Amino acid sequence: MTTLEKLKEILSECKGEDLNITPETTFDELDFDSLDKVDIVMQIEEAYDISLGDNMQLSTVGELIAKIDEAVANK
Amino acid sequence: MDKRVALITGAGRGIGAKIALTLAKENTDIAVVDYSDESAAKETLEALAQAGVTARYYKCDVSDFNAVKTVVDQIVKDFGKIDILVNNAGITADKLILRMEESDWDRVLDINLKGCFNMIKHVTPYMMRKRYGRIVSISSVVGMMGNAGQANYAASKAGIIGLTKTVAKEFGPRNITANAVAPGFIKTAMTDALTEEQKQAMYKQIPLGCLGETQDIANAVKFLVSDDARYITGVVLKVDGGMYI
Ligand SMILES: NC(=O)c1ccc[n+]([C@@H]2O[C@H](COP(=O)([O-])OP(=O)(O)OC[C@H]3O[C@@H](n4cnc5c(N)ncnc54)[C@H](O)[C@@H]3O)[C@@H](O)[C@H]2O)c1
Repeated sequence: MTTLEKLKEILSECKGEDLNITPETTFDELDFDSLDKVDIVMQIEEAYDISLGDNMQLSTVGELIAKIDEAVANK
Repeated sequence: MDKRVALITGAGRGIGAKIALTLAKENTDIAVVDYSDESAAKETLEALAQAGVTARYYKCDVSDFNAVKTVVDQIVKDFGKIDILVNNAGITADKLILRMEESDWDRVLDINLKGCFNMIKHVTPYMMRKRYGRIVSISSVVGMMGNAGQANYAASKAGIIGLTKTVAKEFGPRNITANAVAPGFIKTAMTDALTEEQKQAMYKQIPLGCLGETQDIANAVKFLVSDDARYITGVVLKVDGGMYI
């Protein structure tokens, strides 16, 4: 599963509906609130066994994928 | 309402057991979490089985952060979800501050207050995703009044109130309510052991003139987790016969 596919799964579960996301999708469009964002980061951290830190600024899905891939590479 | 699942700590006996039986009558499956041996909860488990709900026993010390995570995950595996969390497990270790040891303080705070945090911490991720949750924590009027000889206990029970109000604010957007019930003097094995003289002195402090029953506390919990209380969050409901007004 690619990071994008895994992310689609996590974001969709959090939203409670099937989301169509691309690397260009912005988090503004997705309209998650602060609780969702914490929940999403925690789920990613658990899925990949990485630590992303508390104050992650998320702007686009592509940026998040890059951060995840970087953290995985540095494990 | 669909069948719900309640996790109740300290439900092996006493107030927790009565809460379990009362919720069982409301079509709720029960996960009994207690740190005593299962044999101590035999009566409670039999009564729950008779009420026709699924009830399981989980041995766990609520003050152990990792053990609580393991048990919560197991309960979700066994029951599929947790709709209701009742933080009821609690202990006392009464002494005047002059005589209170550090260990008396730590143990009471670890079980009574951190135990609530541990449960809330591990249960809320599941509730969040379901967009539903009812959390009730058992405080005490002593947490609002203070009581000589109970510095540790009073602090832990006051802490539960601050914790509850914060949980109400953080998780309100996910349709999770958090409330506290503050019992006064409740008739239990502990109060049965008091002398008639001690009892009379107690009654004088209570406008309604008698001790409460465990059922009085269970009724308050039943209300707070019901649909009738859907718009109530962050409150402390005193059930104390007017002892603290
Ligand atoms: N009885 C009263 O008059 C009264 C008044 C105010 C508040 N309360 C509160 O109500 C709650 C229940 O009181 P009760 O009178 O039924 O007490 P109880 O001692 O009869 O029952 C408490 C239960 O909690 C369990 N427990 C204790 N520590 C635990 C731990 N670390 N992990 C898991 N389980 C644990 C015990 O094994 C027991 O089954 C407590 O939080 C208590 O502080 C009681």
